[in-house]
Amino acid sequence: MSALDHLPILVVLIPLLTAVICPLFQNGRTAWKLALGAAWSSFAIACMLLHQVLNSGTVRYQLGGWEPPWGIEYRIDVLGGFVLLIVTSIAALVLSYARRSVEDEIRPGRISFFYAAFLLAFSGLAGITVTGDAFNLFVFLEISSLSSYALISAGRDRRSLNAAFQYLIMGSIGATFILIGIGFLYMMTGTLNMDDLAVRLPEVADTRTVRAGFAFLTVGFGLKLALFPLHLWLPNAYAYAPSVVTAFLAATATKVAVYALLRFLLGIFGVGFSLMSMPFDMILIGLGLAGILSASLVAVFQQNVKRMLAYSSVAQIGYIALGIGLASHTGISAAVMHLFNHALMKGALFMSLGAVAYRVGAMHISDFAGLGRRMPFTMAAIAIAGLSLIGIPGTAGFISKWFLVLGTLEQGWWPLAVLILLGSFLALIYVGRILEAAYFGTPKENSAVREAPLSMLIPIWILVIANVYFGLNTELTVGLATQATTDLFEALP
Amino acid sequence: MMFNFAPVLPLLIGAFFAALTRGRVRALLMLATPVVGAVLLYTFTPGTTVPVEWMGLELTPVRVDRLSLLFGYLFHLAAFLGVIYSLHLKDTLQLVASLAYAACAVGAVFAGDLLTLFLYWEALAVTSAALVFARRSERAFAAGLRYLLIQVLSGVLLLAGAIAWAKGGHGLEFGHIGTGSIAGKLIFVAFGIKAGFPLLHNWLTDAYPEATPSGTVFLSAFTTKVAIYSLARGFGGTEMLVYIGAAMACFPIFYAVIANDLRRVLAYSLINQLGFMVVGIGIGTELAINGAVAHAFNDVLFKGLLMMSMGAVLHVTGEMRGSELGGLYKRMPKTAILCMVGAASISAFPLFNGFVSKSMIVTAVLEEGYEWVWLALLFAAAGVFHHAGIKIPFFAFFSHDSKHVKQAHEPPTNMLVAMTIAAALCIGIGCFPGTLYRLLPYPTGYSPYDSSHVLAQMQLLAFSALAFLSLKIYKIYPPELRSVNLDAEWIYRRLVPNAFRHALAAVGRVGNQVRSHSFRLVSSSILALARHHRSEGVLARSWPTGSMVLWVAVLLGTTLLLYYL
Repeated sequence: MSALDHLPILVVLIPLLTAVICPLFQNGRTAWKLALGAAWSSFAIACMLLHQVLNSGTVRYQLGGWEPPWGIEYRIDVLGGFVLLIVTSIAALVLSYARRSVEDEIRPGRISFFYAAFLLAFSGLAGITVTGDAFNLFVFLEISSLSSYALISAGRDRRSLNAAFQYLIMGSIGATFILIGIGFLYMMTGTLNMDDLAVRLPEVADTRTVRAGFAFLTVGFGLKLALFPLHLWLPNAYAYAPSVVTAFLAATATKVAVYALLRFLLGIFGVGFSLMSMPFDMILIGLGLAGILSASLVAVFQQNVKRMLAYSSVAQIGYIALGIGLASHTGISAAVMHLFNHALMKGALFMSLGAVAYRVGAMHISDFAGLGRRMPFTMAAIAIAGLSLIGIPGTAGFISKWFLVLGTLEQGWWPLAVLILLGSFLALIYVGRILEAAYFGTPKENSAVREAPLSMLIPIWILVIANVYFGLNTELTVGLATQATTDLFEALP
Repeated sequence: MMFNFAPVLPLLIGAFFAALTRGRVRALLMLATPVVGAVLLYTFTPGTTVPVEWMGLELTPVRVDRLSLLFGYLFHLAAFLGVIYSLHLKDTLQLVASLAYAACAVGAVFAGDLLTLFLYWEALAVTSAALVFARRSERAFAAGLRYLLIQVLSGVLLLAGAIAWAKGGHGLEFGHIGTGSIAGKLIFVAFGIKAGFPLLHNWLTDAYPEATPSGTVFLSAFTTKVAIYSLARGFGGTEMLVYIGAAMACFPIFYAVIANDLRRVLAYSLINQLGFMVVGIGIGTELAINGAVAHAFNDVLFKGLLMMSMGAVLHVTGEMRGSELGGLYKRMPKTAILCMVGAASISAFPLFNGFVSKSMIVTAVLEEGYEWVWLALLFAAAGVFHHAGIKIPFFAFFSHDSKHVKQAHEPPTNMLVAMTIAAALCIGIGCFPGTLYRLLPYPTGYSPYDSSHVLAQMQLLAFSALAFLSLKIYKIYPPELRSVNLDAEWIYRRLVPNAFRHALAAVGRVGNQVRSHSFRLVSSSILALARHHRSEGVLARSWPTGSMVLWVAVLLGTTLLLYYL
């Protein structure tokens, strides 16, 4: 076997092993370079894997040469490859941006440990997307979660400790629920391999055990992806975590949780069970809508900009949940597209906020007054990514909202479409508040705020340009999302 | 080769860089832009289309045929003249807006489908409104807002029409539409607003006189000509247009005669000239369409020239009311002569360009047997000479000496150059009409210079001049008064608001009760929403971990229950 055949494990192993090496270097700069190298090589591997998947179908890899269903199988299909691409690309960009921000926000002695934790979280998230084994998925979920608790607690603000603790409790409950759910499935089928589970489950689908397992799994993943009203851990965790962590987690962690949910719903239980015979579609639509409207409204009133965007993330998760709940090809494609597009816009937004934190140091909306003149490029990035968040035509955000609205109209549920647009309108208001402060507010006297350094601006602007590019050229996103959805639908009736 | 397919790009890129550069570099850049654009057009072959698929729609952002090419050249020429005329300006807003405006006009005439047309249509509205706002006076601001409102309304009608048209199974292609369907009627009205149909024309006479001196030059060249182009493509041969056009040609004459603001006179005269073109489109024969298109071409030149000369007067004196001007020929002889060339052209003197195109339309009208319309057009042609040919130069440059004569001087050289080029083209096309005829959509065997045409036109002009003279001698001519004249815009600026206010007052007494109740209801529900969602509200505050876990339990319980059911 050549190294090329080992790509599925390498994409996880490289960051995992680098994470072990990082703390050996006292010098934060060296740790950063290692992490950066690991992230970019994972990104390259992810690109190669996706290429491979698109050319020759699902990639399968047997860990240690053990044949499934006994051994652990890594299995990458279009959806997995797509989400892996999101995770690795965001990780690579965030790490490229991270050096100045981390040196500013993390105590000098802790920087190497910080990068180690970051890489652990990254490898956990990447692992979830490649594994084809239910229990292995849980293990990766725990790796990523535990390290992200540590990452969040590294924030400058003392409240970050409390936020991390709450996230720890909630995350652990979620993970436990998922483990219980997997346990129930294992009890009924005797297998942990996802494909194998999918084959064996229909026979026992009508048992209470499977239904209880389904309930634990859905609630557990609901916690992980911050589905309303299980989102309560998220605003504080995002608001008080270090800028780099917020940017990375907001763009990837919830997305991967959505991926895992989709994998279980469609790849294991099948559409027929999870969205047709179980009322989970209605739950998703109801909670999704409540999330969109309530969280957007909260965001409108927020004074802390980082917390405002955290609530906006909850609302965006609502759109994704709504798309899945439509249980149609268009709806689920829209959800998958929004995974990608939301990663683009929130990545850009939170990284820009990090740049503001680096120069200004505070996140209250009044601190943004007049920044349009002091930090023109950062604010322009916020403006464009904000337009994408609203869903203005010509930006990536428009594409997924468009498909989502199409999906609701397909079913004839036009009131849903109206509510989705209302959500966009609320987004217009809260993004407008930031821009109003930045461009029309009077700057504070004698503040010597300058534009953010280039090392931060370049990764931000790569994402901003991607926001516009994928708003105009929809070939990659729409193509991949529809193909991934088709595969999911075809795999199981 | 991206450039091969995007005729808008040179002007658009020019506008972009005009925003970034200053001074001499910008001047050179702005001069080069229309030239590059025109050269690019020269490489196009008629019959090319560029199809694009976007979100499942078949669009044709660029379609090249003889009609669109002619307008493309025309707009580049107009942009070139306009740029020369505004070279002395330092106002970035105006310069950028004018180039972008020209770009949108070019884009609109090359649009092969209704959706693309709509996009350029709205972009035209926004960029042109900027030219009105650029005057930066309160009056201009208000006029600009009214203008923008009506223009956007036209765009919305066009979009609605386009959607209805596509729903009717015709696709989005912009070809002949006709007024047979609801969609056709909507689009017809949308085009009609921009073309200044009677009762829909007020935005024109309202806003054009309020724009900046060079802004009006640009305005008079593009918006209405795009509308004429669209009518020619979508509604050629629609008989209703013959009568609409005849009305457009006649009614503005009265307003033009009594209007005091000389640029408003020109705005009315613009509608009058558009009337001729609309009649031509309505007739729909090859000769008539040729005539309409040729007249649009010539109108840009001579109306541009007249607007430029009035702009020069405004620039020098800061005054545009006929009652306050006069005698300027002593200090501005070159401007006066150039203005008179424009006046002669618009009045269709033989050997000037107005003659070679207007006579085509008039001949076509007679050939198709519309005698009454023909008579109306003859009246209109006489009227043009009266208000545009004589009144404009007479009041501005001759008449009584005004207080401005002492300080007046020739305008900046660039203005004179632009006017000279326009005047030369007016005479050139008038003397050698073949050059223009070759560009027209249909082959012509038409010759304007036969004895009957020339004689008829000279008689018409002579009698019109006689009428002016006798009215003046017997002091019956309406004196130049500082007055405001009522036009149909009174309907929407006075009548409708007043009626609305009265109706409201009547309903109000009953409504007040209902309103205060519903206000209270709405405000209390908004307050309740705000109370729960603002920073310390129940949905936004940080929760204790216990309550979070409680929610998890609730949700797990509910889902379990639902799944078991």
